[in-house]
Amino acid sequence: MSEKTFSALRSTAAVLKKEFASELRTRYAVNALIMFVVTTLSIILFAFGGENVSSEVLAGLLWIVIFFSAMSGLSRTFVSEEERGTTMTLQLLARPSSVYFGKLGFNVVLILSLSLLIVVLYFIFISNFVVRSYDIFVATIVLGGVGLASASTVIAAIIAKANTRGTLYPVLSFPILLPLLLAVIHATKLSMEGMPFEEAISDLQLLLSYSVVVITASYLLFDFIWKD
Amino acid sequence: MTWKVIIAIWLTLIIIASLVFPIVASPQHWYDLPNIRGLEQRARIMFFHVPMAWVTVIAFLVSMIYGIRYLVRKNAIDDLRSVSSAGLGFLFCFLATVTGSVWAKFNWGSFWNWDPRETSIFLLLLIYAAYFVLRTAVENEEKRGTLSAVYSIIAFVTVPFFIFIMPRVVPSLHPGSKGDPEGSGPIMQMRIDPNMAILFFGALIGFTALYFWMWSVRVRAERVNFHRLNIPEQTGG
Repeated sequence: MSEKTFSALRSTAAVLKKEFASELRTRYAVNALIMFVVTTLSIILFAFGGENVSSEVLAGLLWIVIFFSAMSGLSRTFVSEEERGTTMTLQLLARPSSVYFGKLGFNVVLILSLSLLIVVLYFIFISNFVVRSYDIFVATIVLGGVGLASASTVIAAIIAKANTRGTLYPVLSFPILLPLLLAVIHATKLSMEGMPFEEAISDLQLLLSYSVVVITASYLLFDFIWKD
Repeated sequence: MTWKVIIAIWLTLIIIASLVFPIVASPQHWYDLPNIRGLEQRARIMFFHVPMAWVTVIAFLVSMIYGIRYLVRKNAIDDLRSVSSAGLGFLFCFLATVTGSVWAKFNWGSFWNWDPRETSIFLLLLIYAAYFVLRTAVENEEKRGTLSAVYSIIAFVTVPFFIFIMPRVVPSLHPGSKGDPEGSGPIMQMRIDPNMAILFFGALIGFTALYFWMWSVRVRAERVNFHRLNIPEQTGG
């Protein structure tokens, strides 16, 4: 490994560490997100009112909850830097790619733990929600989470520079995430129907290539967004 | 000026021809169009709706190319070109959606039923609506150009995934898509029927020329506007 890649990796790790430290200090995202998940799930449970709901609807609802919790949690990724006035410092100290990958890493961890919480609550409270192929389900949650984080990180960077931040975030993210959402809902449905792993291969390939393409595009374009 | 007249005459002829040329079971005269089973008279939409969808794609492509050029060279004119083209793309996309929806009412029985083609054009409308919302949300001109160019590139790279995933979720009824009982539908038939092909490509060329003419007019107008807004700043400061 060359000296340059090593230093890039080290500075990425430093940004990642800084993200965790500042999150642990305020616990803003974690607290707000847990409450968000609880609220949304209870609204869904009240709306069901003891009805038997089909697997398609349940798979769709699961990803609606994950999508909107991600939207509310990740919108602050870069806005918080602008608000605290630390953007300049970060621009001086770390190269743009390290900032991007550090933030992306933190968002992936955040979304995956969020999905874990949502899925556990979903299993406990919704008795109809039965997963028959766990291999498909786990792969979908993990790859879907990575894809979700990859697109929302770069959109978060864009909206941090705009004026109307809160409302703009889901508006900009939804069209970009739509292919991903359709694929994860389809794969989740397959896992609930107990399909063999081969059935879901093409959905999972799509999820993987989606993340790779979006992360590559964001890596190439991040300089333009980040540098004022 | 000459272009304007040529395009006007050309498109008038195409529109008249595509509306009055009879659709018959077995074409004999030079002006007869063949009958496509399942479409009949409704096949005429092909000469309007398809060129509109085509122009939509061209316009968005042009918009993205000038977006990339703006990112590289930071020349304000490139951003004007990019946004003018995106605006026209949105207009043509909207027209294609409306004509397609009216056609769907008579062919499929409802204005909107989330056929994959309908969903994909809806996605395109959403992307560009979001693009314009983003533009209104940024005040600094340079920042606005950069952010919207970045957004349009990222949106553009995700669209192919959509085209791949959609047929897996719902089969399409749209003529020419996979699973059409007529094979590849009108597109195949056109290859054997020169009349339809000539009219279709004539419409395609006409609409593309119309787009480029409208684009040049818009760019000139935007340019004048841009200079009008920037001159006081230059002389004052």
